[in-house]
Amino acid sequence: MMQRIKGFLGEILTYKSALVGLIIIFSLVALSIYTIATIPYEKATKLWNAGETIWLENPRNAMPKWVNLFLSKKLPETIIINSEKDQRGVTKIVIPVTERISRIRIELSFKYEYDDFPSEINLFFNVRYNKTPPHIAIYWVKPNGEKFKLKELYVKRSGAYYISIDEELSKELHTYLSEKVGKEIEYAISPEIALFAVEDETIVHRDTVKPLKGRYKVIIDGILFGNNSNLDVKLVVYGKVYGIAGTDHLRRDLSIALLWGTPIALSFGVIASVVTALLQMVIAAISAWYGSVTDFFIQRLTEIFMVLPFLPILMMISYFYKINIWVLLLVVIALSIFGAGIKNYRAMFLQIKEFPYVEAARAYGASNLRIVFRYLIPKVLPTIIPSIVYSVPSFVFLEAALALLGLGDPLAPTWGKVLDDALENGALYKGYYYWVLEPSFLLVLTAFGFAMLGFALDKIFNPRLREM
Amino acid sequence: MIGMRSELLNFVKFVIKRGIALFITVVIATYITILIANMGGYVDEIIKSETLLRIAQSVRQNPAYKSLNQTMLQRIIQEQYENELKRLGLDKPFMYRSFLYLKDALTLELGRALYLTSDSGSKSVRLIILERLPATILLFTTIQLVLFFSSLFMGLYLSRHYGSKLDKAIIALSPLSSMPGWFYGIFLIIIFASILRLLPYGGLVDIPPPQDPLRYALSVLKHMILPSLSWFIAYFAVETYVRRTFFLMFSSEDYVELARAKGLPPRLIERRYILKPTLPPIITSLALTLISSWMGAIITERVFNWPGLGTLLYTAIASMDSPVVVGIVVLYAYLLAITVFVLDIVYAIIDPRIRIGGGYS
Repeated sequence: MMQRIKGFLGEILTYKSALVGLIIIFSLVALSIYTIATIPYEKATKLWNAGETIWLENPRNAMPKWVNLFLSKKLPETIIINSEKDQRGVTKIVIPVTERISRIRIELSFKYEYDDFPSEINLFFNVRYNKTPPHIAIYWVKPNGEKFKLKELYVKRSGAYYISIDEELSKELHTYLSEKVGKEIEYAISPEIALFAVEDETIVHRDTVKPLKGRYKVIIDGILFGNNSNLDVKLVVYGKVYGIAGTDHLRRDLSIALLWGTPIALSFGVIASVVTALLQMVIAAISAWYGSVTDFFIQRLTEIFMVLPFLPILMMISYFYKINIWVLLLVVIALSIFGAGIKNYRAMFLQIKEFPYVEAARAYGASNLRIVFRYLIPKVLPTIIPSIVYSVPSFVFLEAALALLGLGDPLAPTWGKVLDDALENGALYKGYYYWVLEPSFLLVLTAFGFAMLGFALDKIFNPRLREM
Repeated sequence: MIGMRSELLNFVKFVIKRGIALFITVVIATYITILIANMGGYVDEIIKSETLLRIAQSVRQNPAYKSLNQTMLQRIIQEQYENELKRLGLDKPFMYRSFLYLKDALTLELGRALYLTSDSGSKSVRLIILERLPATILLFTTIQLVLFFSSLFMGLYLSRHYGSKLDKAIIALSPLSSMPGWFYGIFLIIIFASILRLLPYGGLVDIPPPQDPLRYALSVLKHMILPSLSWFIAYFAVETYVRRTFFLMFSSEDYVELARAKGLPPRLIERRYILKPTLPPIITSLALTLISSWMGAIITERVFNWPGLGTLLYTAIASMDSPVVVGIVVLYAYLLAITVFVLDIVYAIIDPRIRIGGGYS
């Protein structure tokens, strides 16, 4: 047995396409194992469906970090500075003025060395007080020493100050900068651009405005009331790149769905294709061997399933019953069992049925089931292995297709889901190509791997094709 | 003479048997669809509760009933609710109605949609379907016919030049079919619509639609390019490969060798000895793919925003409009069954073995 497997492997590896296919499939399997080992499924689905709250520190629609390797203009990464943490660039001083009042000064400084503007700026407060909330003023200091007061406020509760969507601030900045440059700025300049821009003529046009590099500072100057008061701030300057896969419209890290999509896609595809093919073969063998009434019923059932349109029925079931991915797998298998394949296999078995070795088996008194499983099926099995391998991608794409229709498992993070989100949120119009291309690349890789392997197996098991 | 008559009798028997078998198939398939589309009666419950809610609201907001007390209001609501149920036909048990639905579906009395309307505002399922069918047929029949003829001629050409560079290229490209057409569509949209801005992202015509018929046709044609191209990329190589291999297998048959030895011109050999015996299975596959392409292109229609049957089916399922869903599926089942039936009869005429009962007994 070992010898045979070794010989078979040796033969397979003489085909370059098989080698390429196997390498791709093994790397996908390795990626799946890594994913399952590092991120538990429960955690992944929880993260994926948690909503924006836990992803608040991620930029929206950011490209993967590695795109910077290919760009002449360096896109910014996200910068987070938290006064609670003992971190470079943080100074926090609290000086008691009287018994009840103390002065607080927090300085957050960071270096900005990128060629593009950040996508957003937020300031998060963590506050504690008895009766009167702290009163603070927030200042923004550019590398050239230019100081600008952003806002003055009572910090009544822990929460966020969304600098980028502060309309008042953006109007104020517009007039201030226009006056300073001596020319009217021609567009609605948003705070994250205004606060980072070089303040000369270039700022007037949307196309020429460019960021000033250097060390920026955010200074919070305020008063705490009561002994027990405290205030901490966290500055998040959202970048335009994130992680190895980037983020989507809900700030989610795409790598979670891409990673978990791998084992889901592989197992879905492989299980569906193997189980369908094997069951079809068993049913076809039984149909051909037993004949008469059994055959009649199986053939009529097959015809009923052939008249039923596969995808619409599948769509109805998965929409109405909101099933998860593994139930979906069962439904897919159930609907595909009585497919056209049965007719082909049955035709093969009808021929094999008349072979002398089958007749010999019958002569020595082998039971019907024994003949079906030990004599008929093993004869046909090798010839269908290539088609099993070939049909794996079609089931992987089926799952993606269902996700694209907004059906399929509502919770599972899959490649199809990412693709659906991307198309649904206009990734193609807005130019977020990474969002579409990443899941697509993995789908292509899967399809390619199995197609290559199937191609080689076809040549081995159906030698007649070798000459053609 | 007697032989002829018994043969004719056999033939008629075969046709009748086949017709009945296929009809029963359609009946069962339709009934299964009705059960699934109504979730075994569950959709009724949803409609009932929605109806009750709607009536209760309208009665409570009606100023004419303001002065009435709670019990009176309750009675009016109950009365209107029951009338509405009768109007919708929901007062009878689902099992009973499922057979009424079956009868209606089989006689193509497709009834009225629950929520969807046609563009002209009608609720007739038949009108809704007929309105969407042309767009689907236009696009996918075009695609299938172009694919069929181009791959047929290419296959013939390659079987003559087998081993050539082009032949090797087609073999190398055939794994492209491991990915579906709609998938290539996404890339084509990125390249031709998003980056190059040459062709539209999707849809049937420009918005607003041009008034001039010629312009209108050109605009539709422009919108058809990308979806057609996406299917062409996916399936051209593999179909050519299959046809070519098929022709090659037949061209190594003994009778073809004999014809060659006799010195018949290659064109004649191709027509008479290769195409003739291979054409029936090829035509079968064309007929079946044509019919199923009207149904199986839901995703392509979704990707390209094509307002055809697939999009209709998707919206119908998403709004739980079971009459529309059942209507589309029944139409499909009928078309498929009729096609199979016609093909069966044609083969029975051409090939006597089938009549006697090899394949379909």
